[in-house]
Amino acid sequence: MSILTIQNLSKSFGGITAVSDVNLALECGELVGLIGPNGAGKTTVFNLLTGVYTPTGGEIRLGDLALQGKKPHYICGKGVARTFQNIRLFKNMTVLNNVRTAMHQHAGYGTLSSLLHLGRYHSEEQDMETRAAELLDRLGLGDKADELAGNLSYGEQRHLEIARALATEPVLLLLDEPAAGMNPAETLRLTRLLHDIRQQFNLTMLLIEHDMSLVMNICERIYVLDYGCVIASGSPADIRRDSRVIKAYLGEEAGHV
Amino acid sequence: MGKHKKRILQLAFFAATYLAVAALIRAGTINDFSFAVIVTICINIILSSSLNMVTGFAGQFSLGHAGFMSIGAYVCALTILRRPTPLGFLLGMLGGALLAALVGLLVGLPTLRLRGDYLAIATLGMAEIIRVVFLNLEITNGAAGLSFIPQLVDWNWLFAATAGTLLLIANFLNSSPGRACIAIQEDEVAAEAVGVNTLRYKVTVFSLGAFFAGIGGALYAAYFYFIKPDLFGFSRSVDILVIVVVGGMGSLSGSVVASVLLMVVSTALQAYPALRMILYSLLLVAVMLFRPQGLMGSKEVADLVFTRFRRAEKTEKQGG
Repeated sequence: MSILTIQNLSKSFGGITAVSDVNLALECGELVGLIGPNGAGKTTVFNLLTGVYTPTGGEIRLGDLALQGKKPHYICGKGVARTFQNIRLFKNMTVLNNVRTAMHQHAGYGTLSSLLHLGRYHSEEQDMETRAAELLDRLGLGDKADELAGNLSYGEQRHLEIARALATEPVLLLLDEPAAGMNPAETLRLTRLLHDIRQQFNLTMLLIEHDMSLVMNICERIYVLDYGCVIASGSPADIRRDSRVIKAYLGEEAGHV
Repeated sequence: MGKHKKRILQLAFFAATYLAVAALIRAGTINDFSFAVIVTICINIILSSSLNMVTGFAGQFSLGHAGFMSIGAYVCALTILRRPTPLGFLLGMLGGALLAALVGLLVGLPTLRLRGDYLAIATLGMAEIIRVVFLNLEITNGAAGLSFIPQLVDWNWLFAATAGTLLLIANFLNSSPGRACIAIQEDEVAAEAVGVNTLRYKVTVFSLGAFFAGIGGALYAAYFYFIKPDLFGFSRSVDILVIVVVGGMGSLSGSVVASVLLMVVSTALQAYPALRMILYSLLLVAVMLFRPQGLMGSKEVADLVFTRFRRAEKTEKQGG
């Protein structure tokens, strides 16, 4: 069954069409890659999916639920979580609080008990803290819980973004260049991690990535975007051979070589 | 473990302050004049810590805090002019605070969609509207204001209101909705992306801030005999903001420290009326030059004490 269906999705900014007529479907439990040259519109697709932008046209469906034009927090509440290309952590909060903040939709107490610290405040906070610590352990950040997020190393910050996204209890996880700026060893660790969390959390994932070794290794299917259009889709092996893809990445002449 | 220790330390500090001032009042060391200074300090603590919650922690720049204060002051004054009893005062204070919160809610819904300077100007306009309303209403006696308000505030009331405000704000900030508000200040896009309904939490924190500003206004009216619309103008909003900035945006104890410090300085300078405002302003300039993040930055006093503790413990362990 399709968990995510995108039909004829378009977005233009003034005269520039960033995304045009994109069709894309994710099956439950799939790990799909979204690749393309710089400026192809990959992040714009993510921003449309998560409600940061409102589409100019087209449909986004999560199961039977229409998501286009909805607010980001609503979409997150329905189970779509994301990470950001240019890391957007709450830098002056502790690592633990970054994760706990992402759990707030599931915190079972209101403003009044938060003021008085009565009612279900204590049990819920205890519960959140335990779950957050577990998540951090799984992502290898267990001993960093009390550090400020801004003081983490680059790779750790990327991991924390994933932990924070997982804390919202998503069914669909969108990862925007999780391996950007990582060295090969870190990328390898990330590859294993993505593989693990996908199974542990029973997730469907859509992954934007420039690191081809990562994409070809773990993605079951790949969509290729160029100038806002899907120019190819298929298995990693198909994509590797596709002449349009080679053209998009290497230019016209190289296609003939 | 650390959490409980911190709590105990805070409560001990509150209790010690209460008992010390109560003892000094009984002994006669604190006379009417110094008590008036203490009242002003406490009101400033309430106003600045609530504005800090809105501006420092949640990042919503507001220049209208005095407007909410005036709502609390007028509602409380009108109530205790009719019922000059402790119960009347309690009802007037809560009623004023609730009305301020309600106005905060109504004003917040449209204006909190704005950001930064736009929000500041919108809140400034709102406070002016409130002032003009009080200026023109018959029941508030216009520009002449309300006088002969019964003086019902004593140290017990003052302490309960101030400590209560600080505890409730600290509780709020250390909770799920509070963290959501801090997340908005840190990165609004990321906050939305992890499911924080930013408009809802901005409105919540704004109207909560208005509630406490209303409490501060009620104390003002019930101590200083006399209120008029001009007391709650733009310059008071700025005064409160100055305390927040000097203490440190995002530090509750900073607001407390700055409320005390600025009042003490200002009182000490009363001996030199000609130079008073110049020296006071120079002090503010100096603080901004040498400590632009405010006296406390975004740290709390308790944090500082405990990092010392922890560091000492660590070195001890390493040494042993």
